[in-house]
Amino acid sequence: MRSLTYARAIREAFAQLLASDPRVFVIGQGLWSPWYVGSSMESLDVEFGRSRVIDSPVSENATTGAAVGAALAGMRPIVVHPRMDFMVLAIDPIINQAANWSYMFAGKASAPVVVRSIINRGGEQAAQHSQALQAFFLHVPGVKVVMPATPYDAKGLLAAAVRDGNPVLYIDDRWLYQETGGVPEELYEVPIGKAALRREGRDVTVVATSFMAAQAVVAAGALARRGVDAEVIDLRSVKPWDKELVLESVRKTGRLLVADAAWATGGVAAEVIASVACEAADSLVARPARVCLPDAPAPMSASLEKVYYPRSETIARAVENMLCLKEASCPTGSRS
Amino acid sequence: MRPGEAAAPDRDFVLRMHRTMLRIRIAEEQIADLVEAGEVKCPCHLYIGQEGIAAGACAALRRNDYVWGGHRSHGHYLAKGGDMKGMMAEVFGKATGCSSGRGGSMHLFAPEVGILGTVPLVAATIPLAVGSALASKVSGDGKVSVSFFGDGATEEGHFHESVNLAAVYKLPVLFVCENNFYSSHLGLLERRAADNIFKAGEAHGVPGLAIDGNDAIGVHRAAEEAVRRARRGEGPTLLECRTYRWRGHVGPSWDTDVGVKRKDELKDWLPKDPVARSASWLLERGVAKAALDALEREVRAEVEEAVAFARASPYPGEEELCTHVFHGENGGA
Repeated sequence: MRSLTYARAIREAFAQLLASDPRVFVIGQGLWSPWYVGSSMESLDVEFGRSRVIDSPVSENATTGAAVGAALAGMRPIVVHPRMDFMVLAIDPIINQAANWSYMFAGKASAPVVVRSIINRGGEQAAQHSQALQAFFLHVPGVKVVMPATPYDAKGLLAAAVRDGNPVLYIDDRWLYQETGGVPEELYEVPIGKAALRREGRDVTVVATSFMAAQAVVAAGALARRGVDAEVIDLRSVKPWDKELVLESVRKTGRLLVADAAWATGGVAAEVIASVACEAADSLVARPARVCLPDAPAPMSASLEKVYYPRSETIARAVENMLCLKEASCPTGSRS
Repeated sequence: MRPGEAAAPDRDFVLRMHRTMLRIRIAEEQIADLVEAGEVKCPCHLYIGQEGIAAGACAALRRNDYVWGGHRSHGHYLAKGGDMKGMMAEVFGKATGCSSGRGGSMHLFAPEVGILGTVPLVAATIPLAVGSALASKVSGDGKVSVSFFGDGATEEGHFHESVNLAAVYKLPVLFVCENNFYSSHLGLLERRAADNIFKAGEAHGVPGLAIDGNDAIGVHRAAEEAVRRARRGEGPTLLECRTYRWRGHVGPSWDTDVGVKRKDELKDWLPKDPVARSASWLLERGVAKAALDALEREVRAEVEEAVAFARASPYPGEEELCTHVFHGENGGA
């Protein structure tokens, strides 16, 4: 299979969706700029015209609301927020409007809008240019949330999101843009709600999202060299999420670690662990653990960023702690 | 006729607008009684006194043009052609309601006449209206979108962002501000430094007009011109329709307890009743009093029939609780 970067895979999905469905259009800030959203939207305005690839005023609320209204009127719009932080200005159309529409009108209408936002952090960008806010939307009924970690999923999940018929938040991560992987040339869908088993293992289940899923695969490689056989599940969709696959894995390994590069409190990791505790606590032989951001806003200085963001080593260390591989860090009360 | 002077409106046309206003007035008076009697329990924001705006503006539209409203939208729904029984059953919370008993008074739905949903978050449907207008521009379907909202909504960022967006893309949309001089309880000049909502149009580079909202004929004339502009691809218009809310922010009360000033104002506004005004216009032009009385009886019968339908309809079953959270799935999340 042909190899593409994550960013080019996103661009290809946009191009093929615009080419194949006249109801699709894109609106958001920076879409006509060669540098604004990485290479993920490059020249789409030239290829499809500026009436379908629309750069917008600095109005997150109105552009998102307009995309929702267009969706209600039968279109399949994609609104782009170059940073997830900016999307906070558009919470009303997403949560109050799009997410509720199907329920409010008993399924007689829905808002098939895709809201793409980009996690873009590091580089000393500090608190308002770094946030990963997927947990907000996990809480709300009626909206789906996908977070691709590979070029294959980046393309396939965008297609699935546009064709889903419900509001879908598509969250991509700039730290993945240069990752490469096999991507089919034709347009295809990756099913929303299905996780991907990235590595089979016996000793511990590592469930991860987005960038952390890629890091978990790296961590599993390092752990294997130390004799630990980790199973890695890339959630791909955080809402709905693939509970069956996670439960099946935890029942096999007896151990669960969840890695999500967002705040721990009330987040994806909390939800996964709570569900496993409710439904498979008797399978656990060790306390579950989560690798998340500290409950503090993003710092600025590189010295603090280094300790703020978890990486593959953070995941590997957490697994070693869980398995009591290092005496000093063994959590008291562990049954393993 | 002098140049620039509008043609005299057609009598039958005014009669149709009058009928629309009567349907709104009588349905809402009935709803007010039902709320007082405790039979209707959902929050009902009454439009009584403001009927000239919905009737006038919707008379300028085609059946498939889009109309967006808010919490006070019985009038928009009925004026655009929404079904009386569906609205009444919805207000009762019945399964036969236009939103299947999911929304009540504040969530009305009639896609067959271009009402894709009226919802109560103040100003929230303004960008949605811009969106349906954007859909029309991208798809070239020739439709016009109308956004109805109150004076309070102009204090939300939604409003200014939306007018600018529609202006810069020249979208086929009308922004119809129903200035009834009150938000839930604060008077206009307690919330803004100047009584000049229409000037937001000029500030955003679009025509903005202040007009008498209790004159359905005048509202229609202004809306018709704005619709023409929109269909020609010349972009949006802001119409500030000045009117007055007779009843309280929510519920049937006359709301004279929010301040002495309001009681005095109401005394001034009651004689400007838009329904009485169109009735006089028709009588002056030879329509028989008996004909207007017959029309009123006909509308009363329609409303009574709708109430009977609503009463006889079933409530949604408990099995409905978690259905349609997602479209295309009958189960919950």
